[in-house]
Amino acid sequence: MSCQYLLLLLLFGEVSSVEVQRPRGVPLSKRPLYEENKPFTCLDGSRTIPFDRVNDDYCDCQDGSDEPGTAACPQGSFHCTNAGFRPTFIPSSRVNDGICDCCDATDEYNSGADCQNTCRDLWRKEKESMEKLAEIAKEGFLLKQQLIQEAKRGLEDKKGKLTEVQNSKKDLEEKVEALRTVKETAEQPEKEAKERHLKAWDEQKAVIRMEKDKARMAEVFLELDGDGDGSVSVAELLSHSELDQDSDGSFTEAEAQELLGGVDKVDTAAFETVWGNIKEKYMSESNTDAPAPAEPPQEEIKEPASDVDSETYPDDDNPEEEDEDDEEEDDEMDDGDYKSPPPTQTQEKKDDDEEGTMPPYDEETQNLINVAQKARDEFDEAEKALREVDDNISNLEKEISFDFGPSAEFAYLYSQCYELTTGEYVYRLCPFNRVSQKPKYGGSETNLGTWGKWAGPEDDIYSVMKYEHGTGCWQGPNRSTTVKLTCGTETVVTSTSEPSRCEYLMEFTSPAVCQEPPPMTPDPDHDEL
Amino acid sequence: MAPVLVLWLAVCLSGTWAVDRGNFKTCDQSSFCKRQRALKPGESPYRALLETMELTNTRLTLQLINDNNKVRLLLELYRLQGNITRVKINELKPLKPRYEVPDVLVREPPTEPLSVLSQDENGVVLSLGAESQRVIVSARPFRLDIMEGHDVLMSLNSRGLLAFEHLRMPQQWQVVPPHPYPLQITAKEEEEKVEEGMWEETFKSHSDSKPNGPSAVSLDFSLPGVEHVYGIPEHADTLRLKTTDNGDPYRLYNLDVFQYELYNPMALYGAVPVMLAHNTKRTTGIFWLNAAETWVDISSNTAGKTVFGKMLDYVQGSSETPQTDVRWISESGIIDVFLMLGPTPKDVFSQYASLTGTQSFPPLSSLGYHQCRWNYNDQEDVRSVDAGFDEHDIPYDFIWLDIEHTDGKRYFTWDPHKFATPKEMLQGLLEKKRKMVAIVDPHIKVDSNYKIHNEIRSRGFYVKNKDGGDYEGWCWPGSAGYPDFTRADMRAWWASMFAYDQYEGTMENLYTWNDMNEPSVFNGPEVTMHKDAMHGSWEHREVHNLYGLYVHRATAEGLIQRSGGVERPFVLTRAFFAGSQRYGAVWTGDNAAEWDHLKISIPMCLSLGLVGISFCGADVGGFFKSPSSELLVRWYQTGAYQPFFRAHAHLDTPRREPWLFGPENTALIREAVRQRYTFLPYWYQLFYQAYRTGEPVMRPLWVEYPQDPATFAVDDEFLIGRDLLAHPVTEEGSRGVTAYLPGKDEFWFDIHTFQKHNGAQNLYIPVTMSSIPVFQRGGSIIPRKLRVRRSSTCMENDPYTLFVALNTRGELYIDDGHTFNYEKKEFIHRKLSFANNVLSSVNLAPDAQFTTKSWVERVVILGASKPGKITLKTADGEESQLDFEFDASMSVLTIRKPGMNAGEDWKITLK
Repeated sequence: MSCQYLLLLLLFGEVSSVEVQRPRGVPLSKRPLYEENKPFTCLDGSRTIPFDRVNDDYCDCQDGSDEPGTAACPQGSFHCTNAGFRPTFIPSSRVNDGICDCCDATDEYNSGADCQNTCRDLWRKEKESMEKLAEIAKEGFLLKQQLIQEAKRGLEDKKGKLTEVQNSKKDLEEKVEALRTVKETAEQPEKEAKERHLKAWDEQKAVIRMEKDKARMAEVFLELDGDGDGSVSVAELLSHSELDQDSDGSFTEAEAQELLGGVDKVDTAAFETVWGNIKEKYMSESNTDAPAPAEPPQEEIKEPASDVDSETYPDDDNPEEEDEDDEEEDDEMDDGDYKSPPPTQTQEKKDDDEEGTMPPYDEETQNLINVAQKARDEFDEAEKALREVDDNISNLEKEISFDFGPSAEFAYLYSQCYELTTGEYVYRLCPFNRVSQKPKYGGSETNLGTWGKWAGPEDDIYSVMKYEHGTGCWQGPNRSTTVKLTCGTETVVTSTSEPSRCEYLMEFTSPAVCQEPPPMTPDPDHDEL
Repeated sequence: MAPVLVLWLAVCLSGTWAVDRGNFKTCDQSSFCKRQRALKPGESPYRALLETMELTNTRLTLQLINDNNKVRLLLELYRLQGNITRVKINELKPLKPRYEVPDVLVREPPTEPLSVLSQDENGVVLSLGAESQRVIVSARPFRLDIMEGHDVLMSLNSRGLLAFEHLRMPQQWQVVPPHPYPLQITAKEEEEKVEEGMWEETFKSHSDSKPNGPSAVSLDFSLPGVEHVYGIPEHADTLRLKTTDNGDPYRLYNLDVFQYELYNPMALYGAVPVMLAHNTKRTTGIFWLNAAETWVDISSNTAGKTVFGKMLDYVQGSSETPQTDVRWISESGIIDVFLMLGPTPKDVFSQYASLTGTQSFPPLSSLGYHQCRWNYNDQEDVRSVDAGFDEHDIPYDFIWLDIEHTDGKRYFTWDPHKFATPKEMLQGLLEKKRKMVAIVDPHIKVDSNYKIHNEIRSRGFYVKNKDGGDYEGWCWPGSAGYPDFTRADMRAWWASMFAYDQYEGTMENLYTWNDMNEPSVFNGPEVTMHKDAMHGSWEHREVHNLYGLYVHRATAEGLIQRSGGVERPFVLTRAFFAGSQRYGAVWTGDNAAEWDHLKISIPMCLSLGLVGISFCGADVGGFFKSPSSELLVRWYQTGAYQPFFRAHAHLDTPRREPWLFGPENTALIREAVRQRYTFLPYWYQLFYQAYRTGEPVMRPLWVEYPQDPATFAVDDEFLIGRDLLAHPVTEEGSRGVTAYLPGKDEFWFDIHTFQKHNGAQNLYIPVTMSSIPVFQRGGSIIPRKLRVRRSSTCMENDPYTLFVALNTRGELYIDDGHTFNYEKKEFIHRKLSFANNVLSSVNLAPDAQFTTKSWVERVVILGASKPGKITLKTADGEESQLDFEFDASMSVLTIRKPGMNAGEDWKITLK
């Protein structure tokens, strides 16, 4: 290789010494269009001018073609030959502006700028770095072949495993169905026994409640009967404005009388009917701030929830659900049917206070419960196992169908994470999953985006990864990260930056992006030769 | 930037984008404003004691007495050179001296003789020298009328709202107690009512101890025949000031207002207490020299009238002439007011310039395009943005670094990781002939490991709190001290900190930006300093509006000194006061990416130009929020035709360098910036003119067409100098604009198509996204450089194209672009004129000397007819024939490559 390079240099020396004369700033390829001593036609054909107006520092052609070597035309361009390096065009506005643009210094022929010819230096440096890159590419490309093989094997493994798991799923489904029958069979007698027990308890409670109500009625009667004449009068009732029937703010005599059943006063016996009308609203004088306990809601007293069917488990294992965005998760939490305590608990407690605890189940019932519980547990376990298998299947399917590159060369990154520590933060890239940032000295992790898509240019789509919908920014977008992949022999995050607020850029090297190096030295494009 | 940290919460709570008005006082919440505004007109207690009148040659003094409390005031009246009358009113014997604003006037204004014309027991008539001007001093009640011939130009205290709260002994009791007997009788002759807020007032959680008690001053001015008043920036409002009867007065109190609202009289970052009054006959100005919190009320007898009503008055010969009444109220200090009596707008500019100086002459490069963002993250970021401009072939001169470039918001330092080798970075820019601005704010981090802080503390240079300790507030760095810039020794020290060996990592192409110099104090009352903080023996109350000017001044002096007095400084400031024009540029603060903010940039900069501050601009693109690409393009097109042309963006907005919006928008922005660069010779010449005369660079139409009432309220278009009229597109989705082209018998040439339009008409101009409606006045010659390069410095030696719009005169100014050598007469100043088919260049400054490599590459004559031949005669007497082209459809004659040096005499003859 180095021999060839030397040869090239020698060749160059030859060529530049016999360079063809042409107007300043014109590339060799366009030389024939600038024929000395003949009228010059602007390259866009717009007009023809005498040749002495070419490069006379006045713009005559709209397209700038009459001034290839001066700064006179706003649209013009100047050709740097850059012998020894790569020729290039610069905008005319950079001719004689005092800044060295062409490495052969030809753009500054009249500005007094002290420009050196740096073309050979540049070429040497570029060659060195290209050689280095080529070496890396070569090594990386070999590694990539291994990765592709591994991915192939991995894919086969996974496909095999999928079949295996799908088969085991069938067995499991059968088992679940069988256990469901067992469970349902055991639950029927359990239910009946429990209902019997409950009914007995309800009856007992009703008796207790009635007694309590009677006692309270007597108490209230005494309380109402202010003058102790053994009867409650309209006047006595009037002091309890909370009994106002139509709640219009005034408790009238008529209303009170109506409560007493149309009479002026009632005795203990007649009060029983009255009591029925007023006990909901009545407030005891001795304890006015707490309304008299209303009749406890006549709802069924639920046993402590052990009924599996009514419970929802958080579906942690389903990765598809995990992919859903945060907002939805929040909503779910608001619904909170599995996270908030069962609503009946407090009520039960109150009942316990008033009417005592429900007596334990008798032995027979308890036995039935135990049998049913065992059946339930076994069923649950089997069902859980089935769910796990389902998850397993969907995970495998997802991984199998995931776009890991044309030859699945990026598959090895799946479920890996790579870190880079900077001055302030530790950055963490988990390819195909998420990017995050954590302060080095304590503080919580910030999500810089979850896997979005391959986002390289059309012809090189696997050169860029995009992670989106990270934690939101104040006045800004949700955080997102662009990961640029370059060829390297190692898989490393080499740098991170935040070019724009909350838009991160990560440089990531991997052999998986290495292309087969071109067969030989990338020569500069010498159209001069 | 704005105090995001503090006000963040407010925004979150209110959930809107508008300013949180509750953070700033209304007149009712400012006790002196409330007290003063409660006074009723027509009940003046002041009487002139004519027997106390003393008249030396140039100074008249006279005592005034307040008949209610017998306190005497001393009135001083001076006639100043250049048709200015100065009226000063102070207490005759104040308990202690009252604050008189120093350092704003460029010198003690030279006076002219005054003489008594007549006198009786009711008053005195004084002659104001030339122009048959007189002052009538009426005794009872006291009143001043300034007359010219039979016309009253201006009356003072004509509504009897002169008020002067005299200094008094602190009361033992603080608030009027509902107490039958005062606990102690003071030595004063009589009791005065003590109102709440006189001796202490609170706003939100902030308490103002007010140890000196009430000290407000106020005076009213009547302007007969006036319906249009302008000035008193800074407000986000129309060019023509509105009447304030139905709301708060215009407020002047430098404040860091987070997300300011448009079209209201709230105070903003700067204050220039100068108002201009204009009608078809005369322009006058009032300069109220007071640096304390000030409110200005405006009312008008025609304000409520419809056009029809006014016409009816006219037809019926209504006896009432239109009149505008103005009232100034300041919290403290004295009344020191300069009545600038015109009569033309340009006379008022030169009168004001004679008092406070002119716009500093900026380096040429600072008139180019500035690329700014909060923040360019590190040196690599700067390098790649710089490269982006080259890649997309967009010129720029300055790239800016906001607060994040520092080491922990310690100004004069660099972040050791992100900007580890600043000189390398600056050298890289220098090699492309470009420059940088880095921010230096006046709040100094309290940190014993920070050299700047330690030096200021050990020298005792910090502002003190009311208890004598160093005043500390909360700002970007956290706890911060505020250097006392009112001290000359402090300013000298501050200036010395810009020396290359002090401010490490700096080079000659680094310039400075002073932000937050209202001063902004995140946890202070109204986000600024406590009024009872102390600057030596003066309260902050007295000097508040002056603080920003002093910061700006000290910084500009630092930049001059670091080059040994050779190089011109460039310093941008957010806070300002009368006189700030002497120190550099200002911008309109933290605007937003909204169409209305683009629109308001025009009246805001026009208002500043009227009061001397020509170097004004608004953040292109809008600071807060993110502009649509249409808004961004329109903003570049507008900014390219405003004096200070800088794009800026908030930290939390997406990047918006000009090439990030697709190739079409990049091309539109490139074209707008390039147009700016082609006009740099004209901008530069206008700034030279502003520096010499005080005339605004960007000016309202009425300044050039003072007799055309159709121009008086125009603020969606403007003139650049006299000869360019810009009507940028500031409406979303616009398909056309209607521009008013002023001047009967005048012509205007579209600068893009060269189409000729008649003056005194409303012209509808269809527009596309590439349109920037701009016109060159017929009768002008505008020198341009059409070879746009990477930066203005790269264009130094480039040839000129002269755009000659018949019939004609113009000027050309050339110097080295960056030093003070123009003060040593090292420049070229030429008069260009076209008459009788001869275009010639004549030296306007024969005693000046400078050589340029620039030549004239092209002359474009608009509105020409086709000549037979064209000859050039150069200084050495040689004659040659020139080539030309003639476009008959637009009557445009282009003379090809005359080639003469731009600094020499020459003549081009069309035959």
